[in-house]
Amino acid sequence: MSTFAIRTNKLTKTFDDVTAVDAISIEVKAGTITALLGGNGAGKTTTIAMLLGLLLPTSGKIEILGEDMVKSRHRVLGRMNFGSPYVDLPKRLTVRENLRVFAGLYGLRQARTRIKELSSVLALDEFIDRPTGQLSSGQRTRVALAKALINAPALLLLDEPTASLDPDTGDWIRSYLEEYARETGATILLASHNMNEVNRLCSDVLMMKQGQVVDSGTPAGLVEKYGHDTLEQVFLDIARRDNKLPQENAAQ
Amino acid sequence: MKEFEPVPQHADQPFALRRIGAMGLRYLYLLRSSWTRVVELAYWPLMQMILWGFMTQFLLTSESPVIKAAGMLIAAVLLWDVMFRSNIGVAISFLEEMWSRNLAQLFASPLRPYEWALSLLFISLVRTIIGVIPAALLAIPLYNYSIFDMGLPLIAFFVNLMIFGGAVGLAVSALVLRFGMGAESLAWVGIFLVAPISGIYYPIAILPDWLQPVAWALPSAHVFEGMRAVLIDGIFRMDLFVNALMLNVIFMAAGFAIFLYVFRLARIKGMLLQMGE
Repeated sequence: MSTFAIRTNKLTKTFDDVTAVDAISIEVKAGTITALLGGNGAGKTTTIAMLLGLLLPTSGKIEILGEDMVKSRHRVLGRMNFGSPYVDLPKRLTVRENLRVFAGLYGLRQARTRIKELSSVLALDEFIDRPTGQLSSGQRTRVALAKALINAPALLLLDEPTASLDPDTGDWIRSYLEEYARETGATILLASHNMNEVNRLCSDVLMMKQGQVVDSGTPAGLVEKYGHDTLEQVFLDIARRDNKLPQENAAQ
Repeated sequence: MKEFEPVPQHADQPFALRRIGAMGLRYLYLLRSSWTRVVELAYWPLMQMILWGFMTQFLLTSESPVIKAAGMLIAAVLLWDVMFRSNIGVAISFLEEMWSRNLAQLFASPLRPYEWALSLLFISLVRTIIGVIPAALLAIPLYNYSIFDMGLPLIAFFVNLMIFGGAVGLAVSALVLRFGMGAESLAWVGIFLVAPISGIYYPIAILPDWLQPVAWALPSAHVFEGMRAVLIDGIFRMDLFVNALMLNVIFMAAGFAIFLYVFRLARIKGMLLQMGE
C-alpha cells in the first residue's frame, strides 16, 4: 500500500473565470484522519468532488491509493466511499433497499452479511425496513454512514458528517469513526466546521482559504504556531487575515 | 499502523451486469414503492385505447378499405404508446435521480455512465410492458380485437419502437442534465416532435413531398408503414423492418453518444453536484 492515501499536484479547478481551487498540492498519509478546514467558499467541496471524480480538474494530478484518479477512476472508486448530509438517498426506498443497491454497485460478494453487520454496528435494526424519507436526521446520518461504509472503504471522504446532529448522536458518530479507522487502518479525510470534532478525531489538518491550502500541520502544532489557545481561534485568524473575507463568512 | 483489509468484492470489470442489475433493482424498488405510479403507467394507454376503439367502431361504417382495416387505429394507438412509454420510461427514471438529488452518491461509486444508461433502458422496457399490456388485453373483450393476432411482426414492431423511444429518451435526458430542471418538460413532450411525421394514423404519402424524406429518416415511419402493410395487405414488409432496424442502430448510437458527451460535460461543469428539486 502507498504511504499516501491521497496526493495531489497543482490541482486546479476553474469555472469560467472563477478559480475555485488554485494549484493545491496535498498529501494525506494512509491510515490517518485528516481534516480539511476552511470557511464557506474556501474550495473544500470542490476539492472533495475532484477527489471523488465527480468533477474533472482543469489541471493538475490526483493520486488516490497509489493510482491516477483521472485514468483509473472506476478502479479506485471501488476502494473508497463518501458521506455527506447534503447528498440524499432516495427517500421512498427503505434503508435495506438503499443499502442493497449500493452493495450491488460496489460489487460486494456477501451483501446480506455486510448489511446485517452494518445494521448491527450502526444500530439500524429497528428502522431498516422503513422508507429513508421517514427517518429522523440522526437516523438518516447513521444510514448515510452505513452507505459510506458498505464497501469497507480504504479511503473515506466525509463532508461535515455530524452537521445538524444533536450532541449525543454527533458524539456517537465520532466514536464510531475513530473505532473504524483504528480497527481497519482506513484513511479518513473529513471536511468540518466543528473544531472540537477536528481536535478529537484528526491527527492532521489542511487549512484552505480562497482555493488554496494556506497551512497544514497537527491541531496542536497549528495552535502553537499561531500562538492561540484553540484551533477555532487559529481558524478565525486564518479566515480573517488580510480581510479578504467578510467576518460573518469567516466565523461560520 | 494496521494494514487495510477490504471486504470481498468482485474484481473490477469495465462492464458489469451486477452494477446494471443494482440500478435496475433500484428503479424496481422505486416503482414498487408507489402503487399510484404503477396505476398511472397503465391509465393513459387504457384511456387512449378506449377512445380510439370507439372511434374505430364509428369509422367502420365508412366505405374506405384503409379505415375499415380491422383495428388499425387501435393497433396504431397501442404501438405509439410503446414508443411513448419507452421514451418516458427512460426520461422519468432519469428524473427520479434528479428529484432525489442522488447523482453524486451514484457516481462516487464504480457505476459507469453507460451502465446507468443501460439500466434506464431496462426499466423503460419494464414500465412499457406494465403500461401497454393491460390496454392490449382489454381491447380483446371490448372491441373483439387482439393486437396479438399480428403474430411475429408485432415483436418486430415492438422491438423497433422500444429502441427508438429509448434513444430519444437518452437524448432528452441528456438535455435535462445539460440545461437543468428547467428543461424537465422536454422529458414529457420531446417525443411528440416526431409524432406528426411518424405516420402513426396515416400513410407517409399524405405528408408534403418535402417532408417525406425527413419522415423516412425515422425508424418509426417504417414501423407504422409496416403495421399498415400487415393489417391492410396481410404481408410483413421485410424491407421496412430492416430499414427501421438500421436506422435504430444509428439513433441508439447517437442517443448514447449525446448522453455520454453531456455526462462528461457535467463532470467538467460540476452539474452532478448541483442537480435537485
